[in-house]
Amino acid sequence: MTILIDRTTRVIVQGMTGRIGQFHAADMIRHGTNVVGGVTPGRGGETVLDRPVFDTVREAVRETGAEASLVFVPPPGAADAIMEAAEAGIRLAVCVTDGIPAQDMMRVKRFLRRFPAERKMRLIGPNCAGVISPGEAFMGIMPPHIYLPGRVGIVGRSGTLGYEAASQMKALGIGVSTSVGIGGDPINGSSFRDILELFEADPGTDAVMMIGEIGGPQEAEAAAFVRAHMTKPVVAYIAGLSAPRGRKMGHAGAIISAFGESAQEKVETLAAAGITVAPTPSAMGETVARVLGLRAAA
Amino acid sequence: MDIHEHQAKELLAGFGVPVPEGGLAFSPEQAAYHARRLGLPVVVKAQVHAGGRGAAGGVRLCRTEAEAADFAAGLLGRRLVTRQTDAQGKPVHRVWVEAATDIARELYLGLVLDRKSERIMIVASREGGMEIEDLARERPDALLRMVIDPAVGLTEFSARELAFGLGLRGPQVAEMVQVLRGCYRAFRDRDATMVEINPLVVTGAGGLIALDAKMSFDTNALFRQPEVAALRDPGQEDPREAAAAAHGLNYVGLTGDIGCIINGAGLAMATMDMIQLAGGAPANFLDIGGGASPERVVAAFRTVLSDSNVSVVLVNIFAGINRCDWVARGVVQAYRELGLTLPVVVRLAGTNVEEGHAIIAGSGLPLISADTLAEAAAAAVRARPRAAA
Repeated sequence: MTILIDRTTRVIVQGMTGRIGQFHAADMIRHGTNVVGGVTPGRGGETVLDRPVFDTVREAVRETGAEASLVFVPPPGAADAIMEAAEAGIRLAVCVTDGIPAQDMMRVKRFLRRFPAERKMRLIGPNCAGVISPGEAFMGIMPPHIYLPGRVGIVGRSGTLGYEAASQMKALGIGVSTSVGIGGDPINGSSFRDILELFEADPGTDAVMMIGEIGGPQEAEAAAFVRAHMTKPVVAYIAGLSAPRGRKMGHAGAIISAFGESAQEKVETLAAAGITVAPTPSAMGETVARVLGLRAAA
Repeated sequence: MDIHEHQAKELLAGFGVPVPEGGLAFSPEQAAYHARRLGLPVVVKAQVHAGGRGAAGGVRLCRTEAEAADFAAGLLGRRLVTRQTDAQGKPVHRVWVEAATDIARELYLGLVLDRKSERIMIVASREGGMEIEDLARERPDALLRMVIDPAVGLTEFSARELAFGLGLRGPQVAEMVQVLRGCYRAFRDRDATMVEINPLVVTGAGGLIALDAKMSFDTNALFRQPEVAALRDPGQEDPREAAAAAHGLNYVGLTGDIGCIINGAGLAMATMDMIQLAGGAPANFLDIGGGASPERVVAAFRTVLSDSNVSVVLVNIFAGINRCDWVARGVVQAYRELGLTLPVVVRLAGTNVEEGHAIIAGSGLPLISADTLAEAAAAAVRARPRAAA
């Protein structure tokens, strides 16, 4: 079992006619993802990668029954594309786009709240590597071969650090149920807590590797959730131990600007909630292995 | 993106926020001219992108034109080191000359993008003049906070509540409502990430005026804010960071000696952490981004090596949308083109890793290969000339 996507999920790509969109859509199809079409306003009626292209998401949903959308739209139009997907009845949007204005994301978050629970869209990202359920399907830009199918969930802000964790785990024979990149922006669609909740409920996931970083309140919020509601073990790593205060480290959201936002403070908060924190970024895999071993022995 | 105090004041004044009359001076003569024009005494303020200017000797009340000119002469062309700058400080190329204000009370007003509520939040306090971080730590109860619903905007009754909460009375309440609404609109309409008026002053005559002003903007929104983008002052930026940005590289200079070239912000931070845990110190944060060409890798080497502290370079790439063969070609090209002699550690993983390894191995160059993050960090720490000595 997986969370968010599997091989049956009907996926469209917003921005599939672009070079980047087409490249990654082709890779997704090659790895078994059920890509049913694309959306590019003004390009409706064309065919890309043997899939139909539509002018609007509404049309794509009507014609293909699409449930999920991968958004590759450039920053000025990305927020609008996400809202279009929500309005058209898409249930899961994954937005890879880096560089969306923060106030656009404020608007998106508010827009998403207007829908009743039964048709509310879940947003992953923006500024993320995407979602992969190894051996099943993926939506995003990650290299799928580095993931071994298995029973540990991964959730992280950074794409490449998520790859690092997956490959350390693979080297130890530990597989992944689903890996979710929630993205490096200060305002994002799904938080650590949102994804932990899904992993807790997923019978195919035994433990979770959570990869946080400096800046923002979401790791602390996740810690409170783990303490109160999670039965599955959680391993964490927080990047940015050596990052100076007040400097933005690449990600728009990776900046220490308030109390509790430094790596040390977050590590303390997580550890206090019973989360096993990997001592170094190269020990993510072995820490997961140790926690799984302890659990097997218990 | 930060702007100068005088720019923030002009921008906020356009949204109805009262600010003191003033003038910008690039020379002592211009400072004297503004002092004469505004009437004495005046306050002369160094314009740099950093707080803590007063304590650092960058602000002075001047009672004569000559004093204003002398003080400006002492500041212009100098670097001002404040508690918010590094040891090099920030260059002073302009001073702001302002009519002195009769201060009865000092308040604090700030607007920030609150990541918890994912909305704009107003933070205000009766105790202005202090650093908000100090105030938040020492007197958290003295802070008033209000989160604004973006669909409704700042309502008048909420603004009035804040005004009364700050102890304002009579006509001051309406003035505060105007200040708050002006700051909120400036924040929203100009894609700001921070507006700070510290202090917001109640004058002897009972009116309100923004004695200082600070604004930061969302760089992701500059494409639709040409007027804000035009306020950028490259003179206040680290020249290495600006040069790196021109090549699509994200660079932050630090104080160590191990130069870092990495893809992805998270992996870059983790690699820096790993270096520190292995007993070394990173010289920089550098994210080469996705789809990096060999040319971009060469530009990354140039950027990292512009820091004379660097004695080792560590390249750590986990390729998703990058390609290890391109990065490897870039490393080899940089080594030859830049005539490198210092040790270079290369760790490649992900897309096209075999091709990448083959290029590194076949280059005949003394590049140090590492398979894992831990090995790469340890090899970089070992390779430092100081460590060998």
